[in-house]
Amino acid sequence: MKRADCIKAIYPEFETCLVVTIMGACAQELYDLGHQENFFYLQHAMGLASSIGLGLALNLPQKRTIVLDGDGSVLMNLGTLATMARYRPANLIQIIFDNGSLLSTGGFVSHTASGITDLAAIAKGAGIPNVAAVSTIYDFMEAAAAAFDRRDLSVIVAKVEATGPDHFGMDLKLPENALRFERFIRENCKKIVENSRP
Amino acid sequence: MTVSRENSKALYQGIKAAGVRFITALPETWLIYLLQMAEDDPEMCLIEVAKEEEAVGIAAGAYFAGTPNVMLLQNHGFLGAINGIVSLAMLYRVPLCMLIAHRGHMGEPYPWHTQGGIVTEPVLRGLGIPFDYARDPAKIAKQIREAYTFSRSSLSPVALLLTRDLMEGEA
Ligand SMILES: Cc1ncc(C[n+]2csc(CCOP(=O)(O)OP(=O)(O)O)c2C)c(N)n1
Repeated sequence: MKRADCIKAIYPEFETCLVVTIMGACAQELYDLGHQENFFYLQHAMGLASSIGLGLALNLPQKRTIVLDGDGSVLMNLGTLATMARYRPANLIQIIFDNGSLLSTGGFVSHTASGITDLAAIAKGAGIPNVAAVSTIYDFMEAAAAAFDRRDLSVIVAKVEATGPDHFGMDLKLPENALRFERFIRENCKKIVENSRP
Repeated sequence: MTVSRENSKALYQGIKAAGVRFITALPETWLIYLLQMAEDDPEMCLIEVAKEEEAVGIAAGAYFAGTPNVMLLQNHGFLGAINGIVSLAMLYRVPLCMLIAHRGHMGEPYPWHTQGGIVTEPVLRGLGIPFDYARDPAKIAKQIREAYTFSRSSLSPVALLLTRDLMEGEA
């Protein structure tokens, strides 16, 4: 299974969501399907895509937030899995594309490469209430549909090949992305002002 | 010396007066009353993190979502969060308002705090992060308001260092 195919399969759902992606290959694959103002590409700060997603989801409970993550990035910030579980925003879905590789930085194998480290088990152990581990596109679609249907925090660990795009580049400067993303939310997402306590 | 409940109250009132309704924090002794007040306040959403760098991401998400927020942490947490501060907040021009307990400086009896305390100001300067020391409970509300305002106008991280003078007291 290829990550690009997974992202393509659920891309139509993204229109009504906020989407945060990790750097490099994953960001490029999303961008190549067509940029939308509700996409934020975290091109550095490894590990924090999930934390940004958590901050968005907690503060915009009526908006679904999707995080497109990677094994290397998640391994750098395992703590946020526990923080996510503790505050359990019902509108947050984290999809971890586990390619067993630090693909965007030269393809070094990661701790998950030979199945030694099991990110789905870690997510469960962190207390994430809904965790799916999938390795075929059919199972991915099913897990994604279930996550979109339920109103509860979900993590999908999708085992994918360590392949990415053959080109990199976006017509979007990093602060420009942040400014436009903030503006999009300000102009399009109704805020529930009173009591956002989880 | 214990943590000053009175001054913590002034600090918390300053946070509220600045319009803040969302706090990301990692607990630390000097922050004990602040965290209790946030926990007990139905108007406040308090998110306790596992590591301070996470709080940078969560604060960025809160900012994107339009929620006025501050981070509460100690200086060692600030030191541990630097890549997030540099590669998310500064790189993308995302404002952060950080209220940092400045452990390990003049009067510090605990050896383990000292190195972090000594390097905090030089690291802030090295990163070009605007900062100020908070020492006087009578001025704290104004300092928080101004730090928050400046983070939003400059689209950058701003730090307020909560000193021993402010945080410790008889009761
Ligand atoms: C703190 C830090 N260390 C190292 C790097 C170099 N780096 C860039 S991308 C990357 C790997 C990302 O791996 P993963 O999250 O699994 O995504 P993938 O590239 O495999 O899609 C690394 C280590 C970095 N950007 N930041």
